Amino acid sequence: MSIGLLGQKIGMTSVYDASGKLRPVTVIAAGDNVLVRRITAERDGYSAVQIGFGAQKESRLNKSELGAFKKAGVQAKRFSREFRLETDLPEGEVNLNVTQFQAGDFVDVIGRSKGKGFQGVMKKHNMHGQGAAHGSKTHRRNGAIGNRSTPGRIWKNMGMPGHLGDERVTVQNLQVMQVRESEKIILVSGAVPGSNGSFVVVRPAIKKPAQKS
Amino acid sequence: MIPVSAASNLSVMNRIIDAIEKEQFKTELPQFRVGDSVRVHTRVVEGDKERIQIFAGIVIGRKGRGLNETFTVRRISYGEGVERVFPMHSPRIAKVEVEKEGKARRAKLNYLRTRKGKEATAVRE
Repeated sequence: MSIGLLGQKIGMTSVYDASGKLRPVTVIAAGDNVLVRRITAERDGYSAVQIGFGAQKESRLNKSELGAFKKAGVQAKRFSREFRLETDLPEGEVNLNVTQFQAGDFVDVIGRSKGKGFQGVMKKHNMHGQGAAHGSKTHRRNGAIGNRSTPGRIWKNMGMPGHLGDERVTVQNLQVMQVRESEKIILVSGAVPGSNGSFVVVRPAIKKPAQKS
Repeated sequence: MIPVSAASNLSVMNRIIDAIEKEQFKTELPQFRVGDSVRVHTRVVEGDKERIQIFAGIVIGRKGRGLNETFTVRRISYGEGVERVFPMHSPRIAKVEVEKEGKARRAKLNYLRTRKGKEATAVRE
């Protein structure tokens, strides 16, 4: 059973698949995931595991964070997340290696998208803007945002300029192309949110069932 | 190859990418130049059988670097010009035979597209 992985986005490249097609892939390094805590239904009311990833200086953590790692007997980690489980994890060894996944599996990847700053409606909401020429004096503005006295207000969720990016983004149903155990790397088909070097969460796809092997 | 966990800098990350790309390079690249008349042997999978299909024509250009390098082959088929772009390192290409070496004076032979008749099937500059 695969739980999920924490990893780091290394970058994109392409690989040939079995049928000889060149497929774009994102390389995710997902070595040394450690089990920080088992969250049990009895004690906490739900089942999950806390996983840590990436080395961190102890001086950068506060005492409560440090305590959690001390208790688990692992080194301080920079990035930690919980993975919800349906039932409590049985005692004993837990596979937190890249081998949880196989080539062909589908995964969801969660990351933090690149920040784009304050952006206008054309970039942020894919609006059309106005004419560039023919005497048009507005070019990239939002135009009309509502009607008249009915409804007499602006609809909720009206697209307007504002901050874009730097938010949690989930990409669903990416196929695992390769799993490299010795290098602790997985190759996932397609793009993944965030810049190279940013941390990502890889979990089994929630909408596509794992392939039966 | 370096086993990584939370690689910290760009050069380490680039090395990982380079290593993955290197694995896919063909050890023996077909040797040909722009202007050559070639026969490209491509592997075609039909059902569960694999056979070789040949695409013969003139190489009218090469572009890209490394894994992304491609070449374009142009031929006249039943009076209609046909161009196919092949990735250099594609495992689907079994081999590339050079039928006749051409003397091309430029890197891209796009001028062949406007030629008609016999002129379009040979490079003579």
